[in-house]
Amino acid sequence: MADALRLTGVRAGYGATVVLEDITLSLAERGSLAVLGRNGVGKTTLLATIMGHTSFHAGSIEYRGAEIRHVPVYERSRLGVGYVPQGRDIFPSLSLEENLLVAARPGRWTLERVYELLPRLAQRRRQMGNQLSGGEQQMLAIGRALMGNPSLVLLDEPLEGLAPLIVDALLKTLDRLIREDALTVMLVEQSAKLALEVTAQVVVLNRGRIMHHGPSAELLADPQRLTSLVVAS
Amino acid sequence: MSETGYAASPRIRWTEWLPWLAGVAVFFLLPEYLLFGARILTYILFALSLDLIVGYAGIVTLGHSAFFGAGAYVAGILAAKVKLTDPIVLLVAATVAAGVLGVTTGAVILRTRGLTQLMLTLAIAALCLEVANKATPITGGADGLSGVTIAPIFGLFRFDLFGKTAYLLCLVTLLAGWWLVRRLIYSPFGATLTGIRENSDRMHAIGAPVYRRLLAVYTISAMIAGVAGALSTETNQFVGLNVLGFEPSGELLVMLILGGVGRLYGAFVGPVVFLIAQDALAKQFPQFWYLGIGLMLVLVVLFARGGLLGLADALAARVRRSV
Repeated sequence: MADALRLTGVRAGYGATVVLEDITLSLAERGSLAVLGRNGVGKTTLLATIMGHTSFHAGSIEYRGAEIRHVPVYERSRLGVGYVPQGRDIFPSLSLEENLLVAARPGRWTLERVYELLPRLAQRRRQMGNQLSGGEQQMLAIGRALMGNPSLVLLDEPLEGLAPLIVDALLKTLDRLIREDALTVMLVEQSAKLALEVTAQVVVLNRGRIMHHGPSAELLADPQRLTSLVVAS
Repeated sequence: MSETGYAASPRIRWTEWLPWLAGVAVFFLLPEYLLFGARILTYILFALSLDLIVGYAGIVTLGHSAFFGAGAYVAGILAAKVKLTDPIVLLVAATVAAGVLGVTTGAVILRTRGLTQLMLTLAIAALCLEVANKATPITGGADGLSGVTIAPIFGLFRFDLFGKTAYLLCLVTLLAGWWLVRRLIYSPFGATLTGIRENSDRMHAIGAPVYRRLLAVYTISAMIAGVAGALSTETNQFVGLNVLGFEPSGELLVMLILGGVGRLYGAFVGPVVFLIAQDALAKQFPQFWYLGIGLMLVLVVLFARGGLLGLADALAARVRRSV
């Protein structure tokens, strides 16, 4: 299967400060990749770099075979890269439905389909962005990314700070997106076990470099190795 | 900021007809104040254009008078020098001229943010003022541009001394401007502007061409301000340097803050309160009238962050809670 995303020798950061060093990885179409590591190892920076939010120093980023290193952020989104940021970034002065509609682009993901996937959003459609709970905001952030009809979705700690019931619901949603809706997903998550359960591949970062790349199931089956990798990172 | 947007009901509420009823009532009940009324209506249109970029798109500017002045001078120069006196043609010419100025200056200004952007808007207003000041043969310089004569509207309605025609022209033009701004706010474009104001990086990431959207709204706003400028020329049949520079821009921002930024009708309330207070205070205290305006602004900023409309909203909410 062709690669949806391929990073080769990526060196990036914020201004002159380099956070990511020599990142090389690929993600197949309809594949899923967990990005693990301790705080501050560059997980968020990796997603931000793919999205175009950081200073790019070297290497290449190919999306569906096309170099996107110099493509503006909004064009990357239009090409099909969806982004669910850490902190959700919901627009507080827009209603839930407006938050979804501002991101809408033609495709199979419509308002109705997002509401079908995340029924809680349909119930709260008229509420303003600042009147939603953390879980609802997270669902909205995922729904907003889907409204752009992406083929690749980057999720940055979508389960952070949520109640267990909401985490379960969101994990089911992610699982469905990966298995039934054939989306390519890159998931940054603090909870390694949860991330490994829903993804096929994993990379573990340490100080901005990849220290492990392999199947998620393999690492999930070896808790000692998982602990040593994530703790050592 | 108001909580409006295109997924909210765009249906016009009954309260939204009140300003127009008041406008018509003034025409019949206060005929001796129609020239003053035309000035207020002109400033409402001007404030509406500013609210579109400040309140909805989050572009802070201290140079909006550049577009008002451009519209005023283009209408004045065409009428006085080229003898093109049809008021509708002058409005169109002013709209185009202000739009061209808006798109060219916006192309530069909107690449910057924050203080740099603010200073650039101020610099452009200052440049326009200086151009108008130095181009005496065309603009009249410090003496102002006189000899402006405006033909009757559609050859029928002559601009009279009491300001009847001017008032009605201003009221109808304001209605058109309000309709346009309201349509924009209740459209996907308006929701995008709110998104840009609240988090432009996020709007980039969901695929919105932020710069292009900002340039579009900046140009539309400039065009509306240009129309307001042309209305001012047609009402007064004179253009002075006071339409340009920092002072009118600052005053307009004060009016908008007084009324309530990003509320649509704050642009109606602010100029009415400011200009009536200015008129009343200037009569009572010719030397200290600005003190009253300053005091009013301090009180609004301290106790009514959302302007007078925000204060009204807060009071209404308190009454509802207590009932």
